Amino acid sequence: MASMNMVTALNMALDDALRTDEAVVVLGQDVGQDEGVFRVTADLLKRYGEKRVIDTPLAEAAIVGGAVGLALYGLKPVAEMQFSGFSYQAFHQIEQHVARFRNRTQSRFSMPMVIRMPYGGGIRALEHHSESREAYFAHTPGLQMVIPSTPRNARALLLESIRHPDPVIFFEPKATYRAFKEEVPEEPETMPLGKAQVVREGSNITLIAYGAMMRPTLEAADDLSESAGVSVEVIDLLTVSPLDTETITNSVAKTGRAVVVHEGPRTCGIGAEVVARIVEKSLLYLEAPVRRVTGFDVQFPYFARERAFLPGADRISQAAREVLAF
Amino acid sequence: MPRKSITTKQKIEYLSILDSSGEVDEALDPKLDADRSLYLYRLILLARRLDERCIALQRQGRIGTYGPCRGQEAAHCAASFVMEAEDWVVHAYREPGSFYHRGWPLETVLMFWGGYEEGCRPPEGVNDTPIAVPIASQALHAMGIAWGMKLRGDHRAVLCYCGDGGTSEGDFHEAMNFAGAYHLPVIFLVQNNHWAISFPRERQTASETIAQKAIAYGFDGLQLDGNDPLSVYVGTKEAVDKAKASGGPSLIEAVTYRMTVHTTADDPTKYRSAEEVEPWEKLDPIIRYQKYLKKRSILDQKLIDEIEADVIAEVAGAVERYEALGTPDPLDAFPNNYAQLPAELVEQREEFKAALEREGWTSGEGRG
Ligand SMILES: Cc1ncc(C[n+]2csc(CCOP(=O)(O)OP(=O)(O)O)c2C)c(N)n1
Ligand SMILES: [Mg+2]
Repeated sequence: MASMNMVTALNMALDDALRTDEAVVVLGQDVGQDEGVFRVTADLLKRYGEKRVIDTPLAEAAIVGGAVGLALYGLKPVAEMQFSGFSYQAFHQIEQHVARFRNRTQSRFSMPMVIRMPYGGGIRALEHHSESREAYFAHTPGLQMVIPSTPRNARALLLESIRHPDPVIFFEPKATYRAFKEEVPEEPETMPLGKAQVVREGSNITLIAYGAMMRPTLEAADDLSESAGVSVEVIDLLTVSPLDTETITNSVAKTGRAVVVHEGPRTCGIGAEVVARIVEKSLLYLEAPVRRVTGFDVQFPYFARERAFLPGADRISQAAREVLAF
Repeated sequence: MPRKSITTKQKIEYLSILDSSGEVDEALDPKLDADRSLYLYRLILLARRLDERCIALQRQGRIGTYGPCRGQEAAHCAASFVMEAEDWVVHAYREPGSFYHRGWPLETVLMFWGGYEEGCRPPEGVNDTPIAVPIASQALHAMGIAWGMKLRGDHRAVLCYCGDGGTSEGDFHEAMNFAGAYHLPVIFLVQNNHWAISFPRERQTASETIAQKAIAYGFDGLQLDGNDPLSVYVGTKEAVDKAKASGGPSLIEAVTYRMTVHTTADDPTKYRSAEEVEPWEKLDPIIRYQKYLKKRSILDQKLIDEIEADVIAEVAGAVERYEALGTPDPLDAFPNNYAQLPAELVEQREEFKAALEREGWTSGEGRG
């Protein structure tokens, strides 16, 4: 066990993958010599050389489309989009090919690849560097959409994503990158995709979140139990597509109350899907309408206005109190 | 049937008028009059001083991440200087002097880097697009504006900025292709500053020059000394005149150098040596333009000092106005998303307002 932040933990997963599988290649803008703009790929070029850790020219479509070709040829590409806001330059490749190759070729070919990208606000970045658009990818059949929340689950989920036979869009909460440390085992560790985690058990209300929103959600849970004696259950989705319906609906069947939290816009967001599953499977257990605490349906503000915009613990516990008081 | 060779146009020109020692090619010298020469000198100097100030402001946490233009002042100032008010300038993000020249208040430039949406609002009547962060995406817009000019029969032109890294993006090539195919009045000006963050120009493309890429799209490419204001001016002027005379698009590769960090979040020691940077110090655009203007008796030390003081004061004034802005209202995130706010958003705005009041926010940045 060693205590580390999420950047180091992700680096460790990439190192595990490169070391244990010679088919794995890491590619993207500034991932080699510069070690990634957030240093997630630190030391990898030095350790594995330029055939495994590849600096590319500035073209996202070529990185992802090229990764499709690499995968067809038997490699396992781990592609980096420097920021999720620039993945749209590769969106056609993701939608038209990454997500479809298995189905189109009737499983003759699969797409064992991971497309990593930092997402989300809170680091005083420029336009296009702060959005949370996981819903675009979660909406695309054929893709899995993974969003870790802590160093340890980031490492385990990234390694599992790389080993998985199907493509994974891996969103890294950049506001969490260096926010805190956690003990991470030395030995490679994985976690299954498609499984949510009950990170805190409780009986009065379920708070459901993922990624960077886990911290304010846990803070809200502390506040609710400390100041109001509420027994709060907290679920970390970890994989937002395919969604772990069972964990969500079982919890709501127990608590009868839920609040879903995400940074991205509300309309057609992950929260909408979570609420739909609750309504479909646990409607009759509900004691109150489910609430969503999310980003609003407007462009994410530039950083002078971002802190107030981002959902925080206050907003989450207020919503929970309203649901509890219903 | 026979296998034969086809001769396509292969030649591109390189233009250099004023060298780093201040020597000028008399035959090529545009001989701008004293007023215009001094205006351009002041513009380049202002870009330098503004840039220095922005780096300092970033270090003090008074603006956010900043992308400096140090060393590249001539490459953008002298190009935008060619454009008339009815022409359009389509920006990337390393052209602060261009914004100033085109009539953007300097504090607007600071507002962009300070995290205010208002920094992207072109002043009324200014035919410019704001900073475009997604690399090369703006090249298509420049092409489209030029397309509109052609469809309307207007003899105007569009100047579009892009970086050397940007020439790898699909958008860049699609823009070039449409511009060539429709014979549009657009000038793509690539500031080849040798680096795209940590990735060097030599690895970005196997092309010997960026300028030669124009040939494949059926129009002219010109490589020029981007640290020489006169070359940039002349090369751009020729391309603009040609575009306005229905002569079609041009690609200009302004060869320059990014003298400092990619942005204030970057650490260039990870990928390039001080020895590589050093020779470019001698090629500085300001030093050579000063020498030239002195030789032409347009500039003397007294005037240099006056302009310096004047520029410093203007930048300081802009910083003061920027800092007097006060804290922005987070609710401003709503009104500009649609001509009319849909009912759902009116409701969300109310929800946000109530949350701000409850949580005690008086601004977007911190708690009151
Ligand atoms: C589509 C897109 N991909 C990636 C980025 C991240 N990024 C910002 S600047 C930059 C390098 C740009 O290099 P170049 O075009 O040479 O312009 P320069 O910064 O040197 O002026 C990169 C990769 C981006 N802004 N947009
Ligand atoms: Mg460059």
